[in-house]
Amino acid sequence: MSTDHNFSVVGKSLPRSDARIKAVGAAQYADDIFLPGMLYGKLLRSPVAHALIKSIDTSAAEALPGVKCVITGQDIPKIKYGNWRLVPESQDEFALAIDKVRFIGDEVAAVAALDKDSAEEAIRLIKVEYEELPGAYSVEESLADGGPVIHDEYKQDTPNISLDRKIEYGELDKAFAEADLILDDHFTVHATSHAYMEPCACVAEYDHDGRLTIWTSTQAPYFVQCLLASTMEMRENDIRVIKPFVGGGFGGKMEMRPWEFCAAFIARKLGRPVKFTLTREEELATGRRRHPMNIHSKVAFSKDGMILGKEFNVHLDGGAYNSMGPTACFLCGNFGAMLYNYPNYRYYGAHVYTNKPPAGAMRGFGAPQALFVAETQMNVAAEKLGIDPVDIRLMNAMESGDEIPGVATISSCGFKESLIKVAEMTDWREKRKNLKPGQGLGLGCYSFISGGVFNWFNTRYNFTRAEVRAFDDGTVHLMTMASDIGQGCDTVLRQILAEELGLKISDIRLTAADTAVTPQADLGTWGSRVTLMAGNAVRKAAQEIKEELFKMVSLKFDLNVIHDLRCGDGKIYPANRPDRAVAFGDAVKMAQRANRGEPIIGYGSYTPRNKGLVTPAFSFGAQVAECEVDKETGAVEVKYMTTAHDCGTPINPMSVEGQLEGSVHMGLGYALCEQFIMKEGKTLTTTFLDYKIPCAEDMPPGVSVHVDTYEPDGPFGAKEAGEGLVSPTAPAIADAVYAATGYRCMDLPLTPQKVLAGMKKI
Amino acid sequence: MKKELITLNINGDDHEIAVHPWRTLNEVLRDQLHLTGTKLGCATGDCGACTVLIDDQSVSSCLTLAVEVEGRKITTIEGLAPQAVANSDLENCELNPIQESFISKGAIQCGFCSPGMIMSSKFLLDHTPNPSEDEIRAGLSGNLCRCTGYNKIVDAIADAAEKLSPTE
Repeated sequence: MSTDHNFSVVGKSLPRSDARIKAVGAAQYADDIFLPGMLYGKLLRSPVAHALIKSIDTSAAEALPGVKCVITGQDIPKIKYGNWRLVPESQDEFALAIDKVRFIGDEVAAVAALDKDSAEEAIRLIKVEYEELPGAYSVEESLADGGPVIHDEYKQDTPNISLDRKIEYGELDKAFAEADLILDDHFTVHATSHAYMEPCACVAEYDHDGRLTIWTSTQAPYFVQCLLASTMEMRENDIRVIKPFVGGGFGGKMEMRPWEFCAAFIARKLGRPVKFTLTREEELATGRRRHPMNIHSKVAFSKDGMILGKEFNVHLDGGAYNSMGPTACFLCGNFGAMLYNYPNYRYYGAHVYTNKPPAGAMRGFGAPQALFVAETQMNVAAEKLGIDPVDIRLMNAMESGDEIPGVATISSCGFKESLIKVAEMTDWREKRKNLKPGQGLGLGCYSFISGGVFNWFNTRYNFTRAEVRAFDDGTVHLMTMASDIGQGCDTVLRQILAEELGLKISDIRLTAADTAVTPQADLGTWGSRVTLMAGNAVRKAAQEIKEELFKMVSLKFDLNVIHDLRCGDGKIYPANRPDRAVAFGDAVKMAQRANRGEPIIGYGSYTPRNKGLVTPAFSFGAQVAECEVDKETGAVEVKYMTTAHDCGTPINPMSVEGQLEGSVHMGLGYALCEQFIMKEGKTLTTTFLDYKIPCAEDMPPGVSVHVDTYEPDGPFGAKEAGEGLVSPTAPAIADAVYAATGYRCMDLPLTPQKVLAGMKKI
Repeated sequence: MKKELITLNINGDDHEIAVHPWRTLNEVLRDQLHLTGTKLGCATGDCGACTVLIDDQSVSSCLTLAVEVEGRKITTIEGLAPQAVANSDLENCELNPIQESFISKGAIQCGFCSPGMIMSSKFLLDHTPNPSEDEIRAGLSGNLCRCTGYNKIVDAIADAAEKLSPTE
């Protein structure tokens, strides 16, 4: 397919289709829903990190006026759940703890009451007797001989390693033997919070027809539907999950959560709607987070800068349950050998249980950690070999057609162009020679996936599906389970559909993310999968409509078989005779007449085929950070960020920019200021005053440019945007700090204390 | 403790309500009156998602007791474009210029911070009609956003300032 399309809707910076309703405050998020007779739920969480539950006394709570229901682990089916259904033994969670708690915040009981005050009071009246056990609060403590066993059912030699992954190709030992330079470094990276602005909430209702409906702040309605069905012992078709407006997710809302189960369970038990809303304190103290990791990375180079091989060993500090850790473990191994051609590679990743809140999926999904290490080592190698950091990357960079052994073939790749672009835009070579004391310039790069292929959820459906209904008034109705959580897919999918059918955005009705009415299934919003995967499904559905309508137009104008037809401006016409056009709605009417009243409906599905196990397409990019370090305080100020990236065809450039700027925000926080302070499993940073995400004044100015590529597997050439770019920021800043101070950070975050210590000032 | 009967003037309407003295304005707006445009992001005054105007001051409604603001003029996001209710034809409905700028400049992603951001912007532009970029960023320092990186929000406010009080 050629890249010289004249798009009419794709590639345009249209305002988000939901921006108006959000701007006036009328968009309903889960906590904005109030149903008649609705009860308010509240969870009791464990105050201890590792303990046996000896007894729970709920009598005082049940006696409190206004309290309608109290449940504990003894009241619910003893069915474990987890997203990795493909490996059932990885499903390690109960919605409410049974016999044992494993982290501070583990859910122990739930209440529902007439009002919030009574629910909170009832929680305080539940008496739980714990027998405390020794806890493991780090990978080292967890793997030490005689350390506590966190899940007793694991009987292997290292019971706290829930799973591991190995990758090996080439002849690594030979590569190291022949190397001129070997880097052998230990890194640690820390946990950070998604800090989505909307705390999680849900409302569940059980109707008299035996159907459960739940409105929930989720990225993946289908996961919630399936896992509620298994844990509630219901049929999937008896559960309706509706995603209302969602206030951000970033990976933190892609599992079934205990409050969803409890709302559903109590609603079924009482026949009344139940709402649960988390507090920010619950979110920060007990919520999912990005995986901290201990990484040992050994890389071999030739003296002229070619990468010969790499050994990458990673221990993921997973917290108390698997959550999405297996995927992070899987992807970390892939990202350890991305961007450059590693002819020889060995990866070992182990997911380690600790008595801390579980880490889960978070923007980047293993990439920010792996790429902080990989990109830092590229910068170290460049310096040691006397090669410019841009040049050492260019000589090793992946390009279109390159194969990652056993994983994928790179279809489109704008990596080299991105590198050249950021070097030009920053005047990289000159500027690096003329830095003043305290100033630094640093480079970091990234690659990311456009959705995952490996079917760990073990869905029986296609990965995405779309249904398009066409009407004789010239409008269409798009139905998809793709979930807009703020990233903008409702707008992007409309643009894809409008482009394919030659309609206006305002001609498209959209119903999304309601498991009862939108087509089965869609795995949800994660891994940057939606634009490519749901976009392809929408396009295919639209193509079915076109095929139907083209027959009518051909017939009407008695077209020769060789004539091409086009859709545009709400019309269908022969490519060489645009004057002989039929209005889209008229063509629909003709098709319905010709089919004795049958509605005109198109269906499209997408599941990656012959694309390996990781992803159908990779994005690429490079980023330069210009920093100043205050040598008295150790404070790092980012003065300017320059980014060049390759996301294929941007469907909506303004949306892509917004995603990229948001990535810089999160990358900046990851590098410099966001961290959980913890003491023996207890999270101490439980407010936004203590857990510091960058505010408007903290954001550096910057510029980003798009490198033009066309992804053959993406809709209109599009692929991932906005998730991968969270990765290069930390290594770029760390490299700039090294240039400014001589301190090479291998232990995120880059706090002023570490900078001063690194400069031997403290 | 007994509830008190108070009258709150919200977006020009008087609401007579019974509230406990410890009830915050945010709880009254959301849970009692179902004016859910005002969000609750943290309940500790750190995120600004709950920002409303009391007379002409921007405040965090999560830190304001309902009984404190009886007799004051309370403006929420719903009061900024009162004709634009959920069921009206929003596409063809004139909004406040700040709202229009947020929409056209791509300043809204997940939208959860947007009502608070827009109310803080209104306070800023009411008091500083032609703010510099630094003044805009300082004016937003009490409002957190996790999606946008703030740049498009800053652009939107500059755009609205120009519309509301042209510099030439």
